Amino acid sequence: MKRDWNPPLASAHRRRLIAASGALLAARVFPTRADSAPLPAIPELEAYLAGRTPQFGRLILDLPRLADDGNAVAMRVTMPGPFAQGEHVTSIALFSEKNPVPKMAQFEFPVPPARVEIESRVRLAGSQRVVAVAILAGGAVHVATAEVLVTLAACLDGP
Amino acid sequence: MRVAALLFACWAAGAVAQTRAIPATELRSGLTFGSAELRAMQADDFANPGMLWVERGQKLWQTPAGPAGRTCASCHADPAASMKGVAARYPALDASTRRVIDLESRINACRASRQQAPRLAAESEDLLALTALVAYQSRGLPLSVTISEGTRETFEQGRGFYYAPHGQMNLSCADCHERNWGRRLLAETISQGHPNAYPAYRLEWQTMGSLGRRIRSCLFGIRAQMLPYDDPTLTALELFLAWRAAGLPIEVPGVRR
Amino acid sequence: MAASRLQVPAEVRRGDSFEVKISIRHPMETGFRVDDSGKPIPRNTIREFTCRYNGKPVFIARLGSGIAANPYLRFFLTAAESGQLSFEWVDEAGERGDALASLTVVG
Repeated sequence: MKRDWNPPLASAHRRRLIAASGALLAARVFPTRADSAPLPAIPELEAYLAGRTPQFGRLILDLPRLADDGNAVAMRVTMPGPFAQGEHVTSIALFSEKNPVPKMAQFEFPVPPARVEIESRVRLAGSQRVVAVAILAGGAVHVATAEVLVTLAACLDGP
Repeated sequence: MRVAALLFACWAAGAVAQTRAIPATELRSGLTFGSAELRAMQADDFANPGMLWVERGQKLWQTPAGPAGRTCASCHADPAASMKGVAARYPALDASTRRVIDLESRINACRASRQQAPRLAAESEDLLALTALVAYQSRGLPLSVTISEGTRETFEQGRGFYYAPHGQMNLSCADCHERNWGRRLLAETISQGHPNAYPAYRLEWQTMGSLGRRIRSCLFGIRAQMLPYDDPTLTALELFLAWRAAGLPIEVPGVRR
Repeated sequence: MAASRLQVPAEVRRGDSFEVKISIRHPMETGFRVDDSGKPIPRNTIREFTCRYNGKPVFIARLGSGIAANPYLRFFLTAAESGQLSFEWVDEAGERGDALASLTVVG
């Protein structure tokens, strides 16, 4: 039976990520979803907020605490009603703390629906916080954050 | 003395052939090693991305191919009826070539011989779609391949490969999936390595892929010599895996990490 | 041509919220992956997804590489008149996709 020798794949980056996630596992206590925790410092988010003071507690962002794989993580964002006249949701945006492209999506409601709930699947480049921002017609801004621990595959995948 | 030796040899052959490292009652689908979100994604036929390929397969089933413009439906009518139970028997012996073939090869053989249409490439959207469609008709049915005169040699070849050490890390399939299933490898829990959900939508691939692709990923991971898609050893291993997982229900389209 | 699966209830009551689900075959290529020969695969994501209710845009999703491959969307609309829901999307390579569903509103 032939022994194979292939030079180690140049994936120092992946090894660093694995080491880092190991450290993360060791160092972190799983936090409870702190709705009033300060927002992560994301420049694109700051620009989006444009100085407006966001409100916490009403907008709900659901993400699993622990994700199998960062490629597809179930996400649900909900803004419970009822909506007063002129206070309907016009848009909801999603921001990532660690992704190469921080603004993940923006959902718009040209015609406001009675029920504001959106589900999709997001990509997360590693463990991080995600921020949802809802803007109401009257100008109010509501935010929610969620923290996800993203585990990496144990084995390198191939073609 | 010779009779006794012969009897012993028969018994030994029979006993070895029937020995299962993981007894039937302890078989666990890969799904049970995934997160609640993964299980939910597979269980919800709408959220399950693999269903995109099953639907594509449904369209292809009705699509003419080859000079005579035959469709799969021309011979097989409604796949829900004609294909039920088929995937559960694969890999199987192809009567005309006397070789063990997997479902993908069976589909291609049909295309070539019955439709005179070109074979579909491994991992192509169309081959994945047709394989997913056919296997989907066996969803919930237990894997049940036949190890008998025509398939025994291939089975033994597959079993030999499974238990032999491979690659730079000198690991056999059994090292992870028999000796260490249920244990952690970094942040993952090692599964028993069953084929019942394939073709599956793997999050790591961000697309649908065959069992052959999954096995090749493993070979890559342990730094072993890669097996090409058409290598008979790959089919032999798939046959062994199907035998090893006998009784596990087919879950196609599966969703896996 | 992007294949998709669409689920809309056949019949809804006027004023009620109803669920729309759509699943689209699209790699949502990030631009950060490389192919087997090590060449980067160019970014190509669905950028704009629009749902129109009897021709009027009611839901728009502006997506990018932060949304997973083979995007899945589930959202709610409010039932008004009977008619048609049309869905359109376009990716960065200019490829368009669409889907249609009839909607019957009672009451």
